Amino acid sequence: MSPLEPHSPASHDIAALWWGMLIVAGIVFLGAIGMLIVGWVRRDRRGLPLIGESERFNTGLVVAFGIVIPAVVLVALFAISDLVVIRDTEAPAAGSASLTVTVIGHQWFWEARYPGTPAVTANEIHIPVRTKVEIRARTADVIHSFWVPELNRKIDMIPGQVNRIELDAERAGVYRGQCAEFCGFQHAHMAFAVYAEPRRRFRAWLANMSKPARPPAAPAARQGMRYFMEDGCAGCHTIRGTEAGGTIGPDLTHLASRQTIAADTLTNTPANLLRWIESPQSVKPGAKMPGLGLGAARFHAIVDYLAGLR
Amino acid sequence: MAVAVPPATRERLERLERIWKEPSGALGWLTTVDHKRIGILYFFTSLGFFAAGGVEALLIRTQLIGPNQSTLDPNTFDQVMTMHGVTMIFLFVVPMSLGAFGNYLVPLMIGARDMAFPRLNAFSYWVYLFAGIFVYVGLLSGNGPGAGWFDYVPLASKAYSPGPGIDFYALGLIFVGISTTAAAINFIVTIFKLRAPGMSINRMPLFCFAFLAVSFALVFALPPLNTALILLELDRLLGFHFYDVARGGDAILWQNLFWIFGHPEVYIIILPAFGIATSIIPTFVRRRMVAFPMVALAEILVAFIGFGVWAHHMFAVGLATATAVYFAAASLVIVIPSGIQLFAWITTIVTGTPRFKTPLLWIVGFIVLFILGGLSGVMFAAIPFDQQLTDTYFVVAHFHYVIFGAAVFPLLGGMYYWFPKVTGRMYHEGWGQASFWLTFVGMNITFFPMHILGLDGMPRRQYTYPPGMGWTGLNLIETLGSYLLAAGLISVIVNLAVSFFRGARAGNDPWEGDTLEWSTTSPPPAYNYAVIPTVSSPYAMWDRKDRERDLRNLEEGEKVLAQGHETVATTAVDAEWDEILEMPSHSPWPPVVALAIAGVFAMLLLGQWIAAGVFALLAMAPLGAWLWKEPQAT
Repeated sequence: MSPLEPHSPASHDIAALWWGMLIVAGIVFLGAIGMLIVGWVRRDRRGLPLIGESERFNTGLVVAFGIVIPAVVLVALFAISDLVVIRDTEAPAAGSASLTVTVIGHQWFWEARYPGTPAVTANEIHIPVRTKVEIRARTADVIHSFWVPELNRKIDMIPGQVNRIELDAERAGVYRGQCAEFCGFQHAHMAFAVYAEPRRRFRAWLANMSKPARPPAAPAARQGMRYFMEDGCAGCHTIRGTEAGGTIGPDLTHLASRQTIAADTLTNTPANLLRWIESPQSVKPGAKMPGLGLGAARFHAIVDYLAGLR
Repeated sequence: MAVAVPPATRERLERLERIWKEPSGALGWLTTVDHKRIGILYFFTSLGFFAAGGVEALLIRTQLIGPNQSTLDPNTFDQVMTMHGVTMIFLFVVPMSLGAFGNYLVPLMIGARDMAFPRLNAFSYWVYLFAGIFVYVGLLSGNGPGAGWFDYVPLASKAYSPGPGIDFYALGLIFVGISTTAAAINFIVTIFKLRAPGMSINRMPLFCFAFLAVSFALVFALPPLNTALILLELDRLLGFHFYDVARGGDAILWQNLFWIFGHPEVYIIILPAFGIATSIIPTFVRRRMVAFPMVALAEILVAFIGFGVWAHHMFAVGLATATAVYFAAASLVIVIPSGIQLFAWITTIVTGTPRFKTPLLWIVGFIVLFILGGLSGVMFAAIPFDQQLTDTYFVVAHFHYVIFGAAVFPLLGGMYYWFPKVTGRMYHEGWGQASFWLTFVGMNITFFPMHILGLDGMPRRQYTYPPGMGWTGLNLIETLGSYLLAAGLISVIVNLAVSFFRGARAGNDPWEGDTLEWSTTSPPPAYNYAVIPTVSSPYAMWDRKDRERDLRNLEEGEKVLAQGHETVATTAVDAEWDEILEMPSHSPWPPVVALAIAGVFAMLLLGQWIAAGVFALLAMAPLGAWLWKEPQAT
């Protein structure tokens, strides 16, 4: 997830800005070091090469290198970065985006909603490729920061505030994002992925996400669903189409369609899912999810149920 | 010094010795008001906190040596990381530069016999010591603050940090702020009123300009911090809602108040280091600073403009574009006074005849690191770049170049430079240079790769990271570098410690130094100068005639001021002889009052409001005795 591997117009501009600044900074650094080397070589001689001793000339050097040259360089930097490049990274103008996604930061996962549809998911945000998408960033608790460096700069999620940022992926692919504002114990395990997909695939995905969960068919999964509803899981998690309507943890309606669990902490396999729900505190210490101690049989049944939520 | 001392001179010196004598032993250290002894107390205390902050740094680096390590659990990591920042900034750098270097050197450099308010000075030290212990009681009892050194709400609110950790942080910082405020006021009055006759403001050493600028910055920067902290504690302890968005509060209010303090604090941290650099450079390159008046003005300007740039710490919070652009412009403006100082140092070195002894090596190292930290700092005024790289390891790299490179390197160079003055002995030159190279190389191995990690997308403040991100190798290198860095710092301390016992005698002026402190004995007597010195330029030691005149004055009994604890007050700008001040002598009350205030804060932490009030009364009770003028030896 490097800012230097840009895949959007905004990130391209920022990366170009970096390389430009690096070149100028390199010249300044080498120039200053060069002067110090001259000082070392001429350590036994007073004054400057060719010029000799002249306090007025010395002061002139300070004025030139300390004031005039920096002023010119800084004005140029200001104009390029803060007047021009900034336009590509600003919040998108109203109505300029063809899709809006609401992303809500939680300790420690990402909730994604697609306004106008019932779709709610977590930690995996799907967007159509080569399309301006407006992200509306909010938080449910403390300050987080939404950051997908390959697609744009970061934007903080502030209580009581809705911050907006544009994602416009140039190529289909998976772009990793991560929380960039320290948010407590599991700040380290608060990552997510942005899936930029061809438009048709995106629409199919969104249509599936908008549907409620299919009731399980296999007896073990049905048993798991009962445990899920009765043993505490439903208190925190929503599975649309069932009675589970908790809002503390992520929406699990289509959990099995996601590639990872626990905010990109583990790949989503039944074995990992079991490990996670059996002892969340050893996988992600401090996470809000308690280990319920239901016993192996019930946990296996619950995993059977969850693994079917496509 | 086998020169025969005339009897009249000897009698005058003995008389001064008698008048300024303080009790010996532990009692002497407890009741001292001598700025030099207080400076030494500050030195060892802040060195202790430096060691603590260093251990925390090594724990952090060890936890991050590879992916998915478990040296520290997340809770402990957060506390250690928070305390590393709090310790280095509030309990090490500022007390070391202001408390140790400022206290010891400012009165000597301006030719005074003590600080303007000696008992307040002692009080500042004791408050600092108790406040530091107060904050560490939190960490050591497993209740350290864990919301980072800038402690953003709502993470720091009672709802998300229910334990007492944040209270240790907030009350501790208010507590230590009392010390810093008192010290800053003391420096302002000392520098304005106690300069030796003739040291008009334009003849004041640049070191003192830096401390004057810092002191003013502190006086204006600490109130917003205290406001922020008091509002936080009202929220946490009494259920107010200043920062509670659900009840009409504002989470960004904290960030504004904190950074209105926090950015000036950056200059508060590095300006004393600039002052040290402008002391060491002229001595070792054997010439006066190039562009002296511009450097003096630049020091003041940096402290002033530093108040107008705070929101560049907040570019990612969703500021209005116009607001962000203003703060970016202001942040670029502040580059200019830093550029002036930088090129004044470099030009002075180039045009002089530098002797690359240990102290100058640290300063050259500082210049190199400051250029790197400054260049990466300028980049953060490019708003889109800031918004991309803020809160990544690129920032961690940047501010360690600035704070460790630009602030701590001069402090280490200054330790070598003034070691002979303070102890009367020379350090070991070979080990001194080796310690520099160890530290310099270790520093760069530790912090340079962090730039790359940031550009590879690694956010800061993660207690661990997954494998396969391309972050593993650099983290390993950084951790190994941090061990080398620790070895370098330890070698500095070992060199100085061994030299304290075994070093060669240094004499008064081993460097042919430029400022007044080199004219007195090493270590200086309690009264600093037998004769109030005559000054006619900022490089008082290089004005031979003035120094010869001081010696004649001593023989003739002129300007000796031996009627009591006396020093001269001069006019604020021109430094004309104003009046003779009678200075207070040693007193047991400053530590007692400080201890009672520690009681107030402890009781506030425990929620014992009545007991806190009782301690507050106890703190006020001895103030009468504090002001009592003891009969003085004559």
